[in-house]
Amino acid sequence: MSGRVLVGVKRVIDYAVKIRVKPDNSGVVTDGVKHSMNPFCEIAVEEAVKMKEKKLIKEVVAVSCGPQQAQETIRTALAMGADRGIHVEVTGKDYDMLGPLQVSKIMAALAKKEDAQLIILGKQAIDGDCNQTGQMTAALLDWPQGTFASEVSLEGDTVKVVREIDGGLETIKINTPAVLTADLRLNTPRYATLPNIMKAKKKKIAKVKPADLGLDMTSRLEVLRVDEPPQRLAGVKVETVDDLVAKLKETGRL
Amino acid sequence: MSISPRVTLWLFTAVLTMANPLRAEVVRLYKNLLHLGREYPKGGDYFRDRLRAAFTKNKGVREPQQIRALIGRGEHVSRELEALYYLRKYRAMKKRYYEE
Repeated sequence: MSGRVLVGVKRVIDYAVKIRVKPDNSGVVTDGVKHSMNPFCEIAVEEAVKMKEKKLIKEVVAVSCGPQQAQETIRTALAMGADRGIHVEVTGKDYDMLGPLQVSKIMAALAKKEDAQLIILGKQAIDGDCNQTGQMTAALLDWPQGTFASEVSLEGDTVKVVREIDGGLETIKINTPAVLTADLRLNTPRYATLPNIMKAKKKKIAKVKPADLGLDMTSRLEVLRVDEPPQRLAGVKVETVDDLVAKLKETGRL
Repeated sequence: MSISPRVTLWLFTAVLTMANPLRAEVVRLYKNLLHLGREYPKGGDYFRDRLRAAFTKNKGVREPQQIRALIGRGEHVSRELEALYYLRKYRAMKKRYYEE
């Protein structure tokens, strides 16, 4: 096995920022807004780096798709311990419509090109919330998948994955090469401290275009409109139980 | 008129001679804390002002033991900040994505 792990990292609007919809309802305001690595992607990077530190794998390659700024996210991954980066340059309209289908095609192509043993992704991005990229990538490659992973143990040619599912936890064993998607409780991502950021400046980021991989980024989706969620109406306080019953009957709930 | 971080840095490193190896450590600590403080919930500026004040207050310290103790305190603050940032993010994600 190559011992190489591909980790996908996405540049998203920072989780703590208050999202605002553009006045023309075409999308969300991104200009001048703080961006950072998707929290689930951070967990994915941490898991890969941990595997390398335990000497279970040899190389961690961070991949991000987008315009020039995507390199900042790759730099963060490098500061967390990834060995090198691949920036897949997607700009303009292609970037606006970049979704799980296009990214999974890219990840699949890179996995073949880099002879990856594992692909680790975040379970979903906090902007798109699609929760599809990992699954689609596995399908395109015809690889097994361990999604919503809260525990991963690499054992030779197989991976034991404990998955967080509705009923509780499910433990599966899959063969490598495989695709894993990271859930919140998989690990505690390390902070990219200044000394690590400085050290990471020496690491290489290769730039590649989807066309170089023979891929077409055309989207089959079109965003028609983006709206804010409806405002939550203020609650009403009542004095007595009788008032409460009256109010409930009024709104037809009783 | 407030003092720029660069001047503050110079002020307290000025008291440590070139030969003093602790000078490099102090400078490194200051830069790391400054970088960490950018994400501080009350604002990077708020943190930076307090960081400067804390370092300026101790600029007269000469005893290597004392300096090392202060560096230790600074490193403790770094770890506390990292923990703070992680917990904030974890709690936000847990609240948004997982039903209690």
